Amino acid sequence: MSKITNEELLNSINSKFEGKITVVGEPFGMLTIETGTDGIIELLSYLKNDPVLQFIYLTDITAVHYPEQEKAIGVLYHLHSLVNNVRIRIKVFIDAVDCHIPTATVLWNGANWMERETYDLFGVIFDGHPDLRRILNVDDMTAFPMRKEFPLEDPNRVDKKDYFFGR
Amino acid sequence: MSDIQIVGAPPGVEGAGFFATSLDQAVGLARANSLWPLPFATSCCGIEFMATMASHYDLSRFGAERLSFSPRQADLLMVMGTIAKKMAPVLRQVYLQMAEPRWVMAVGACASSGGIFDTYSVLQGIDEIIPVDVYVPGCPPRPEAIIDGFMHIQELVKTESLRRRDSPEYQKLLASYGIQ
Repeated sequence: MSKITNEELLNSINSKFEGKITVVGEPFGMLTIETGTDGIIELLSYLKNDPVLQFIYLTDITAVHYPEQEKAIGVLYHLHSLVNNVRIRIKVFIDAVDCHIPTATVLWNGANWMERETYDLFGVIFDGHPDLRRILNVDDMTAFPMRKEFPLEDPNRVDKKDYFFGR
Repeated sequence: MSDIQIVGAPPGVEGAGFFATSLDQAVGLARANSLWPLPFATSCCGIEFMATMASHYDLSRFGAERLSFSPRQADLLMVMGTIAKKMAPVLRQVYLQMAEPRWVMAVGACASSGGIFDTYSVLQGIDEIIPVDVYVPGCPPRPEAIIDGFMHIQELVKTESLRRRDSPEYQKLLASYGIQ
């Protein structure tokens, strides 16, 4: 059992960030809130350093691409309070072309590779990151392959051409 | 009685106290039965290769007892498993470090064509970067299939002309891969 409920958690956040966050929901009991690029580091810093909440563990940073939205790239932060046994998910939506968000490496060194991966696959530029370059894909890749406009299949594949299947 | 079989003599002229054959065939016979494979195993096909090398299937029956983990001493590059695009320059460098004559075997669907991994991060067959002599189908292939592929390599080695590696066709093939 978690030591603090989602309601207490939300009240604690609202006491400092009232108006700057919106609640998305609680899927599978995990509080999910949304905020903007301006306040994200402040919010993460508060969650990490608050003596009661103590979200000291950054589980993951990743992104999702919603091409139909105006702000198409959603950057996701998953935090875990090991002391209180409670987790929280924070979403920040940013523009797909002007894809900038401040880095979380100022709070967790573990954010370094997570942000490199998010940059590699989605092209999100984390301002202030010490070494933002590709981590998984080949260095000379020009595309960001997890974006929806990128075709999944390799164009060099020859054995899947239609004429092999009578089409 | 021992039932050890030895390799038969190549075609030639035999008489009392002498046997004559061409140098090609004598060298081919020696090479084919002492191939040193370099296993480049990246995934499940590599596990099948381990079974192939182990006592039950025993690839050493074919003179391939000695695996070479140095490309400089290897004759046969056996690529077994998915080759990611990031791995491609490494594989290519291993191939370049091998001395002529060298042969390449693509074991399994991934090494031959990319297999089920038709995606941005996976090389769609190692023949995009290095020339391949024998393809072994299967996902993964059974050890019997790997042995069959190996015997096809042996057949190539036995029948290869000593001058093949100097031929313009071979130079052209390497040039098409940007080698030399």
